[in-house]
Amino acid sequence: MSMEKNVKMLQRIAVLAVVMLASTGASADELNPADTAWMLTSTALVLFMTIPGLSLFYAGLVRVKNVLSILMQCFALTCLMSLVWFVVGYTIAFGSDGVEQGMWIGDFGNVLFASMTMETMNGGIPATLFAIFQMTFAIITPALILGAFAERMRFSAMLLFSTIWLIVVYSPVCHWVWGGGWLGNMGLQDFAGGTVVHITAAVAALVAALVMGPRKGFGTVAMPPHNLTMTITGAGMLWVGWFGFNAGSAVAADNSAAMAMLVTHLSASCGALAWMTMEWVRHGKPSVLGIVTGMVAGLGTITPASGSVGPAAAVLIGLSAGVICYFATNYLKNALKIDDSLDVFPVHGVGGILGTLLAGIFCSTQLGIFSGNGFSDGIDSIGGQLMVQATGVLATFIYTLVATFIILKFVDMVVGLRVDGDEETQGLDLVLHDERGYDL
Amino acid sequence: MKMMTAIIKPFKLDDVRDALNEIGIAGMTVEEVKGYGRQKGHTELYRGAEYLVEFQPKVKLQIAISDDQVEAAIDAISGAASTGKIGDGKIFVVPLEQSIRIRTGETGEDAL
Repeated sequence: MSMEKNVKMLQRIAVLAVVMLASTGASADELNPADTAWMLTSTALVLFMTIPGLSLFYAGLVRVKNVLSILMQCFALTCLMSLVWFVVGYTIAFGSDGVEQGMWIGDFGNVLFASMTMETMNGGIPATLFAIFQMTFAIITPALILGAFAERMRFSAMLLFSTIWLIVVYSPVCHWVWGGGWLGNMGLQDFAGGTVVHITAAVAALVAALVMGPRKGFGTVAMPPHNLTMTITGAGMLWVGWFGFNAGSAVAADNSAAMAMLVTHLSASCGALAWMTMEWVRHGKPSVLGIVTGMVAGLGTITPASGSVGPAAAVLIGLSAGVICYFATNYLKNALKIDDSLDVFPVHGVGGILGTLLAGIFCSTQLGIFSGNGFSDGIDSIGGQLMVQATGVLATFIYTLVATFIILKFVDMVVGLRVDGDEETQGLDLVLHDERGYDL
Repeated sequence: MKMMTAIIKPFKLDDVRDALNEIGIAGMTVEEVKGYGRQKGHTELYRGAEYLVEFQPKVKLQIAISDDQVEAAIDAISGAASTGKIGDGKIFVVPLEQSIRIRTGETGEDAL
């Protein structure tokens, strides 16, 4: 080989090296294909949680005369919340790029996604992708609430309530935690939405159940689920979709996403087994509805902690979710006699609160096998982190409670919340939609 | 002629039909029914909400037979439907005034 050739070869290697260095040390605004691919996938998974996952899960739990009303509410909410998020929800939660974000709500630069083009980036992924990923969260959160007022709410009232609620409750709380607002700045660890999604939805559900009152015959007439196979099918879809929800919340295809997926799966398994065992011990038989409800409890509870804890802690979180949410469900229904028809609060609310608090403990790196990923910046003890977590829980709880109550009263004034007694007896499918779910 | 009604446990239907076939009774009408006697209902539990389901599913079969078949039919059904537990069911026998085969117009025992 001639000297000249050697030099050329070296030059080529140098150029290659420079190119490779440039691409690994890419600026934040350069598209990361791995992250983008994973976030596209996650977005589809989270939408899949609502339609058809949650739709089927809920629809199987109601009586046969109301099955379509549930499927319709989930579907219509998917469409309407997407639009509301596009028009104003997103910008209240996340504002626009390059603008200093306030403590309470985002700036209005992204009304109608105004400051987003196809080329706009959000870290290593397109801004449009982040916006639609978050859109799927804004869909499922109000959809969770409808389990509380199932079988008795007017369709128009549900649409109006959800629209106002997304703007007034979900979007601001989302900003507080994820959009650069006060709770996030304080160091609240809520990876995938214990406060933003589960506590807001569940507190709204509790308020709705109280404001609307129980279904006719609640406590005296049997209201067993009409199709548990449908519920089990939906539950399986929720579990799979939850991988997108929690591991997608890493907003990257990285170690944090992988750990989130692992702890999510373990917690779901342990929640399911714990609930199943509780029923087996206390009632003599393990029930199918019990095992899937425990799964949802395990998933809801690990959600805020999924970016903070390790696998051994996830097992503890799942087990405690199954046991505590089991007792909460019994207590709410049988002692307090509140008709939260599909048990949104005792499962999602109690789970969300429990998970947000446990994240503050198990994020500690000093717990041996139960260690997690560390405290937030500026916090150096479990006590300190727990205070922040508790502040997040309390603030979300109280704000949602008050705001939801006012919204419900307003909607009741404008269109009326409930169908009348006669219509309720007949069933919402025929009364509101002129259709029947089954013609067997 | 007699009309015989038997209420039996659903899973015993095939056994009862075979036993009746063996003694030459080849026709019957069957319905799925609900009811209760000494065997009370059962409870169902959905997320802590307990429901008492009072009615048990049963099968009701009816056969129209001649007077001389009655004892054999009772033995056949009792034998085939028995498990020895509460809830095995009951047999009722009532007189049958007339029977007509619609296709041929035959009446009485000829129509059975």
